[in-house]
Amino acid sequence: MIDLKTIHRIAQLARLQVNENEAQQYATQLTKVLTHFQEISTIDTSKIEPLITPTEITLNLRDDVARHEFTTEELLKNAPDKMGQLFKVPPVI
Amino acid sequence: MNLESASFSAVAQAVKSKKISATETAQFFLNRIEKLNPTLNAFIRLNPEFINDAKKIDAEIAKGNDPGPLTGVVFGIKDMLCTKNLTTTAGSKMLENFVPPYDATVVARLRKAGAIVAGKLNQDEFAMGSSNETSAFGMCKNPWNTEYVPGGSSGGSASAQAARLVMGTIGTDTGGSIRQPANFCGITGIKPTYGRVSRYGIVAYASSLDQAGPMTSSVEDAARTLEAICGFDKRDMTTSDLPVEAYSKDLNNSIRGKKIGIVKEYISDQIDSDVQKTFDRAIATLKEGGAEIIEVSVPMTKYAVPMYYLISASEASSNLSRYDGVKYGFRSEFKDLSSIDLVDFYSQTRSQGFGTEVKRRIMLGTYCLSSGYYDAYYKKACQVRRVLKEQYAEAFKKCDALLSPVSMTPAFKIGERSADPLKMYMNDIFTTATNLAGLTGMSVPFGISKDRLPIGVQLTGWHFQEKTILNIAQHLENNFSEKGQKPNVF
Repeated sequence: MIDLKTIHRIAQLARLQVNENEAQQYATQLTKVLTHFQEISTIDTSKIEPLITPTEITLNLRDDVARHEFTTEELLKNAPDKMGQLFKVPPVI
Repeated sequence: MNLESASFSAVAQAVKSKKISATETAQFFLNRIEKLNPTLNAFIRLNPEFINDAKKIDAEIAKGNDPGPLTGVVFGIKDMLCTKNLTTTAGSKMLENFVPPYDATVVARLRKAGAIVAGKLNQDEFAMGSSNETSAFGMCKNPWNTEYVPGGSSGGSASAQAARLVMGTIGTDTGGSIRQPANFCGITGIKPTYGRVSRYGIVAYASSLDQAGPMTSSVEDAARTLEAICGFDKRDMTTSDLPVEAYSKDLNNSIRGKKIGIVKEYISDQIDSDVQKTFDRAIATLKEGGAEIIEVSVPMTKYAVPMYYLISASEASSNLSRYDGVKYGFRSEFKDLSSIDLVDFYSQTRSQGFGTEVKRRIMLGTYCLSSGYYDAYYKKACQVRRVLKEQYAEAFKKCDALLSPVSMTPAFKIGERSADPLKMYMNDIFTTATNLAGLTGMSVPFGISKDRLPIGVQLTGWHFQEKTILNIAQHLENNFSEKGQKPNVF
């Protein structure tokens, strides 16, 4: 059973606000889902390397060269708030 | 020319030889969208340049140029794919005002082949869902019966294609999101091998599972789309540099001698009787065509749903951390930015911008990746994933392709499963293993239920065996006795 304290800790890590009602709902739903998913714990996977990406890919490396593909204006167009050529955010320090 | 059923190649040829103009073609589909979309809500945005883009194709032809193999073919694009200067939302309030400065590689390649983009298609929010009910822009309806879901997450693509609002659509598939809605709406949909199609410009959900692919009215149209969109892309280093095959060539070759595997673990008495009958008829049809049916075992497919949700939610929780209200996308209203704590700024923005199912999966994924649970959930799922892939490799030594149902039932009613996340997740039992092992899989129509809802079957192939499964799918299409039936909304 995932308790409310854990839910609030996870929400904090995920940067989500969760009220008591939602926390209760998440606790119930995630417990149900994870209890069902527990069945994979019965499989013996000792000495098996995790598979992170499904096909064997030869990684093609490219030269690390900066290219001008977009203008600053183009990329700032979608900013929710800006000041001159900067993204505007709450005080960070 | 009957644009309600014409193939891509017929239209391309007709437009190039000026029997019909690209503009007339575009206008025909614009009229259909205007007439039928209010009922279906498949399109959530039209491309304001739709008709202009068609005129440009006609101008190229007038100059004597060849715009490409998909000349004049009208496409709808799932809203997961970035379209230059055309809002791209991933079905989320989080991106409702996001206007990409570039095209996804898939979209750029379609345009380069002469195709025209009509607009953007509805979907589950961030592709998280199996019914299109989690879209921030309202649910999309199944044209066969508007009380039913079109499937998901590419529900808008499937619905638009089945009602022929366009000639072709693009969907994305992370755990079945092309194949299941194709199945529910009676169209063909193929998820290519991981790495066959570039993910550049596609909103990321679970990066080790996501692939885009065509959803079309026929196997041949799907093959022609693949020819245009597949192949190495220097902007996505996980794409393969294997040459792209001529998928549309030899589609009608005999399937005599092909070995088709039936996965033993998928045999179940829980399968809907009409789905089972369709599956049995597909087996009989393949046998009649000279294929050999064998039984294979892939024991780990039993665990595909848990594996899929643990891995996809983990990857999603990481991928979706980029939505922070700073550089683009939604930001909560803050009266005085200078007095807001940074963490509160992020948390409030994310809580208001994401919908319920997305937040649930972010919570699940964050839990699976958090200290103390990582080994038991994420790492464990990835280890089982390797065993699954190895078991598939063994199975494909014995056969050319696998045949299975796409889902346990035909389309279900709107609202029927949305209250219980686990029940909704279990919908994906036949489709998720394909993505986990990086295989190619497709859904091809092969039946109609007693309630007059379409039913398909699924073909699965080993890495880069698209051509093999397209050939087998073509045989099924040629022998589909109820081919040509139209949905109620048409």
